[in-house]
Amino acid sequence: MSKDVKGAGRASNAKIMNRADLTKRLVGKLHKDEAVVGGIGNTNFDLWAAGQRPQNFYMLGSMGLAFPIALGVAIAQPKRHVFALEGDGSLLMQLGCLSTIAAVAPPNLTMVVMDNGVYQITGGQPTPAAGRTDFVAAAQALGLSNSHWAADEEDFERLVGAALTAGKPTLIAARIDAQPAVATTHRDPVQIRERFMRGLGAR
Amino acid sequence: MPAAQTAGTSPASWDEIIARTFKANAVKLTTYVPDKVLTPLIKRLHADDYFTCFPTTREEEAVGIVSGAWMAGMLGAVLMQTSGFATLPNTLASLAVPYQIPLIMVVSERGTLGEFNSGQAMVCRTMRPVLDSLAMEHHTISRHDELEFIVDRSIKQAVATQAAVALILSPLLTGGKVFKA
Repeated sequence: MSKDVKGAGRASNAKIMNRADLTKRLVGKLHKDEAVVGGIGNTNFDLWAAGQRPQNFYMLGSMGLAFPIALGVAIAQPKRHVFALEGDGSLLMQLGCLSTIAAVAPPNLTMVVMDNGVYQITGGQPTPAAGRTDFVAAAQALGLSNSHWAADEEDFERLVGAALTAGKPTLIAARIDAQPAVATTHRDPVQIRERFMRGLGAR
Repeated sequence: MPAAQTAGTSPASWDEIIARTFKANAVKLTTYVPDKVLTPLIKRLHADDYFTCFPTTREEEAVGIVSGAWMAGMLGAVLMQTSGFATLPNTLASLAVPYQIPLIMVVSERGTLGEFNSGQAMVCRTMRPVLDSLAMEHHTISRHDELEFIVDRSIKQAVATQAAVALILSPLLTGGKVFKA
């Protein structure tokens, strides 16, 4: 269990980290061609910057669908672990998907929520949830009992490692700063999709 | 009206034909937001172990799930009603179309042929213009004898051309939802 889960409702207890750094740490823990789905905007830009693995999928629109897309991948390939990276604003667009994922309960799915409280890519406007909504408490209430705040970078890496063998879906939330993404994904959807399918052995 | 359910000699019902045609084309994953008219099909898919079938909280989510599954090697379909389709244009335009995903949609047609809810009647009129504006293949199925041909060929075309298709089930096929005063 994460140290600070008992502080649920006080998300601010967690250290404020950096999305690009955490994404690199996540990718660094992957040694079995795990799939990673990056959500709209900065989550997939920083995934791109962390190394263009063929098992990465980069979403260009469809805000909020990183977790549902990852759920589909997890259902189709139960032997492969699937990660999905989503921003707090994106998750708010499709919060109900957490109930669906709790119901389907794929053992091979890990959701990462990068929470900076703002719509960073549109100019940093605060989300309605900023400072109010505890995404870990919300996920737990929606049925995802294995949901944790990452207390710091080391805790984040530990949670990623534990997720790989958890046997149930994991949600990891991380408080992050408002630094922009460190690169921009090459936006060629057909190439992204085809590369991903080859990376998953579906071609 | 739906096909007669009399045991023995009755022809296959529309929902039986769709389930059978899904199976013949390896459509294993079915996600849906419920609809009264689709109930017999949803029940049938749940009852058959071949299918992975579950509800989602929104149609967009259902589309995301089957899109991810197809990229990972499992074909799927999304079941919804007309008003549910109306929530989808952004997802279709930013995921299904640019990524060339063979998204199979089965839409129970509300809003016409005896509709009693003006909200449904209005939103129904947006469906075909949206499909046409995205150059998306769509068929309205009204005849029982054409159902298997249209569903089977449409799934095959969607997969072969990596393009979405909407199969609109007319009340002429399903019986629709009947107004009770």
